[in-house]
Amino acid sequence: MKANATPVRTKTRKPGGWKRLGWVLFFLLPSAIPLFVFTLVPMVSSLWVSLHKWNLISPMEWVGLGNYRNLLTDEMTRRVFLHTLIYVAGYLPIVYAGGLCLALALNQKLKGRAFLRATYFLPVVTSWVVVALVWKWLLNPTNGLVNQVLGAIGLPEPGWWTDPHWALPAVILSSAWKDLGFVMVILLAGLQAIPSDIYEAAKVDGSSAWQRFWRVTLPLLSPSTFFVVVISLINGFQVFDQVYVMTAGGPSGSSQVVVGQIYDLTFRYGRAGEASALSWILFAVILLITVVQIRGQRRWVHYA
Amino acid sequence: MRGTTIMRLIKTAATTVALTVLLAACGQGSATKEAAAPEGKSVVRYMNFSSNDGHEKDLTAIVNAFQTANPNITVQVETVPYADYFTKLQTSVAGGTAADAFELNYENFVTYAKNGSLAELKNVDTSVYKKSLVDAFNDGGKQYGVPESFSNVVLFYNKALFKKAGVAEPTAEWTWKDEQAAAAKLTDKGAKVWGDYQPVSYNEFYKVLAQNGGEFLNADKTAATFNSPAGVEAAKFLIDKVGKSMPTEADGAGTPDFDSKLFKSGKLAMWHTGIWMFSAMAAAPFEWDVVVEPGNTKKASAMFVNGLVVSAASKNAEAAQKWVTFLASSDDTTKTRLATSWELPPVADEAKLAPYLDQKKPANRKAVFAALEETVLPPVIERQQEMQDLVTAELTSAAAGRKPVEKALADAQTKVNGLLKK
Repeated sequence: MKANATPVRTKTRKPGGWKRLGWVLFFLLPSAIPLFVFTLVPMVSSLWVSLHKWNLISPMEWVGLGNYRNLLTDEMTRRVFLHTLIYVAGYLPIVYAGGLCLALALNQKLKGRAFLRATYFLPVVTSWVVVALVWKWLLNPTNGLVNQVLGAIGLPEPGWWTDPHWALPAVILSSAWKDLGFVMVILLAGLQAIPSDIYEAAKVDGSSAWQRFWRVTLPLLSPSTFFVVVISLINGFQVFDQVYVMTAGGPSGSSQVVVGQIYDLTFRYGRAGEASALSWILFAVILLITVVQIRGQRRWVHYA
Repeated sequence: MRGTTIMRLIKTAATTVALTVLLAACGQGSATKEAAAPEGKSVVRYMNFSSNDGHEKDLTAIVNAFQTANPNITVQVETVPYADYFTKLQTSVAGGTAADAFELNYENFVTYAKNGSLAELKNVDTSVYKKSLVDAFNDGGKQYGVPESFSNVVLFYNKALFKKAGVAEPTAEWTWKDEQAAAAKLTDKGAKVWGDYQPVSYNEFYKVLAQNGGEFLNADKTAATFNSPAGVEAAKFLIDKVGKSMPTEADGAGTPDFDSKLFKSGKLAMWHTGIWMFSAMAAAPFEWDVVVEPGNTKKASAMFVNGLVVSAASKNAEAAQKWVTFLASSDDTTKTRLATSWELPPVADEAKLAPYLDQKKPANRKAVFAALEETVLPPVIERQQEMQDLVTAELTSAAAGRKPVEKALADAQTKVNGLLKK
């Protein structure tokens, strides 16, 4: 960890520092302007909106922390956070384990390895709307391919997006499938960064392949694992597109997630104040989880 | 080294991604641009849903007739599917990009009239419209819109399936019992033929409630009253059909176009739907007809009214009002609507409606007018969309067997009362 200590910044400004700063700002402008207009301004205004009752059309009405109070006591808020948690809890292990298996397999010297890597990465760069529509079709309860296969081998055929118990699993399955390639690429890079002399040394010491995986690969892969887990959790808490396209939160709200609720509150029900408040609650939750993870990393993340 | 890079990456990613969520609250507005109007000409932008899916060219014909009569005004039409219409409308009104004139159904009119986004129409000749229809678009003594069209729901039936099953065809005297008995006989799950289709939804529920003598809201609209013995019986009538004589959610019921495809493919014997489906079913390869929907203790047919309004932000309000008046009451519009079996024109002069009855399919067109004698309008509150969604969700839960009907109605009533209070 010592190697990671923040480099000491020189307090004294070098001659020509102001000029340099000017140039830096100049080059930052193209990204700073959109960041300001489309991120910072909406962010600050959403904080302002969250303190009002507003239907997007009539003038805003000040309610102070009323929106937050209503949301925190509303059963709906609890439900959408629960669904989002279930989603993350289901999605993360599948996508990590699947991505790790793929990365390990495609790290071997295989014929057509580059082609396979590209194929697995394809869903990552495909639009969510397309992917969700295809999965909705595959998981059609009556004539979808998945249920036809399940039926043919004598397994029960779930109602998928029409059954409240299966709607979330259907979303989890398609999300994990889509993001598998992303996790694979990150872990693959991590695997290739592990120096081969460590493996050789381990072999000389008479370790088995299994031992090398647990004692060398996994610990040295932990920075990549950490990155994947943090990013996946953040993305997971913001799950929206696939839910919107596949189930629209249904049936009977059984797959409604936090961002879906924010969308419905604003654009369906004209309750922009509560929607903004819910955005900030979600932001706080994501921030908290991320901070806890960053604090906790020193226990299990090993930097080579 | 690697650690710091990753940490920095994560921090940036975490902030950016978390901020993106907040951006969800400032979504996309209407991208429609107003075309530059030549000197002395004005452009009226008009947004609608009712011409979507089959009547686009009929609307174009009306627009052309208007432009011929008013060479100084150009109408720019934007057609949006019903499912997305109100989201898009709300966003564009909020973003200041609303069309000059747009369509509103009666249920949503109240919300918009109250939030100040509509321009009051001046010097409206209300005598040309049916009184009840023009009054529907008056709020607190101010005329904010004119009625555009109205339509109702009747029972469509496939004559071939009735003949094959040896069941007598429905008549105007039918009650729920007759419908249930016929639906049971007509359903042939082996052949994937269903007896009946009536969605388990808000729109069907308030109607069957009225058919059973119940009231959805109390007289001054301050409390929901549908959780009554009449309400429970009405909800059970709807829900008992599911899986018995009607396809379930798992069969695909409730997805767009599911019912129209089912009926058109000759696999559905009875179908509760609107008269706007006449032209789409004209080409069905079997004989079909319509009849006034069965009632229980009384008859009650759903009636839907669409209105035309002018945006309060419009810079061409005068031209816009000219256009909506033409679209609502001109003889060109009336003729087009009747000839294409679109929704009915709201004109006071009933003689003008006569050509509607001259068309061939379906034979029993007079049922459309008979149904108008006893109608029920959708119950309307300020938080309309939320009420519709939650009533449908509770009924769907009961239909899927996740809740007893009594519990679902009680829960729905509590929630609707909550919406009325806020």
